[in-house]
Amino acid sequence: MPDAAAYERGFRGAILDPGTQTPAGLASAFGGIPTKRFDVYRNNVTVSLTKALADIFPAVCRIVGEERFADLARLFVRENPPKSPLLFRYGENFAAFIEAFAPAATMPYLADVARLEHAWLSAYHAADAAPLSPGALSAIAPDKLPQARFAKHPAAALVRSQYAAVTIFNANRDEQERRRINAGVPENGLITRPEFEVRLAPISGGDTAFLHALFAGKTLAEAAEAAVAADTGFDLSAAIGMMLSSGAFKAVDVKR
Amino acid sequence: MSTRTIVSAAYVAGAVAAALSTATLVTATDAVAQAKDKCYGISMAGKNDCAAGPGTTCAGTSSVDYQGNAWTYVEAGTCMDIDLPDGRMGSLEPLERDLPA
Repeated sequence: MPDAAAYERGFRGAILDPGTQTPAGLASAFGGIPTKRFDVYRNNVTVSLTKALADIFPAVCRIVGEERFADLARLFVRENPPKSPLLFRYGENFAAFIEAFAPAATMPYLADVARLEHAWLSAYHAADAAPLSPGALSAIAPDKLPQARFAKHPAAALVRSQYAAVTIFNANRDEQERRRINAGVPENGLITRPEFEVRLAPISGGDTAFLHALFAGKTLAEAAEAAVAADTGFDLSAAIGMMLSSGAFKAVDVKR
Repeated sequence: MSTRTIVSAAYVAGAVAAALSTATLVTATDAVAQAKDKCYGISMAGKNDCAAGPGTTCAGTSSVDYQGNAWTYVEAGTCMDIDLPDGRMGSLEPLERDLPA
C-alpha cells in the first residue's frame, strides 16, 4: 500500500486518462484489483464533466453539434481536471483551449462565444451588490468628478471580440432559426445582472474603451480620453447614463 | 501629472450633469424597487434568483422545485396570483414547505 499522498497522485493521474492503469493500492471487497469498476468510475467522471461543459457552453455546443462538442469536451477534460469542487467554476480555460484547437480554426469566433458563455455563468453566480445610484454620483463636487474612480459590480464583465460573438451567442442561446450571420463584424459585449437576470448587450467601441478603462481603475477623465481616442463620436453623457442604467458599477470613490 | 488633457474637467462635470438630469434615466435599483416583488416558493429547482437559505448560497442554487424559502423576482402585485401545481401559492414571505431534505 503506497502512502496517502502517492496514492492520491496515482488516482488523480489515472482518473481522466483511459490509457493509464488502475491506480496502485485500489482494492475491492471481493478481492483482486477492481479494474472494471475503476473503468466505470473513470467513464462516469469524464461523462459528467463533459455534460457539465455542454450545460455551461450551450451555444458552442449548438454551433458545433452535440457529437463534435462531446469529442472536443473529452479532450479538454483529459487535459484540464477541475480545480474547484464547484462545478459552475469549471471550464474557465475552455475558450483558450478552443482557440488553440486546430480543427476549430475554421470557426475563429467560437472561442469568443465560449468566453461570453463563461462570463455569463460567472455573472449568474457572482456576489450580490446594490448597483451605483445616480445620487452617489450627484453627491460628488463637480471639480472632483474627473478624478472619480468606480468599483465594478461583481456581476459585470466585458468581452471584446473581432467577430460577431454577441449576435452568434444570442442566435444560439435563444435557439433562433438558422440564418446567415456575418461573423466578421467585430462586436463587444457587456454582461450585467440587473434584477438577478443576466443580460448581454452589444456595446460600441467607444463605450467598450470607456468601461474597460473604468474597470481597470482609471479615473473618469482618463476613461473619457481613452474612449475618445478609440471612437471620435464617443458621447460621454450617454456613456455615463449607460454606466448607471446598466448596473455595471457598485460604488464611486474620489479619495485615491 | 497632466500631460495633454483632451477632456477638460468642465466637460466631464457637464456630461455627468447632463446624464443625471435625463428624465428617462432608470437605474437598476429603481427598476427593482418599483416594479418587482420577491416571490417565495415559486421557483423551479436551480431557477431561483438568490438567497435560498442554508445549504444554498445564491442564484440558481435551490435544489427542490417550488422551494419555500427560495424567491424569484416577479412583477409587483402578481406574486400571490401565481398558481402552482398541487394547490401551492406564491408568497411574499419565506415558506416552510418544499425545503430540501
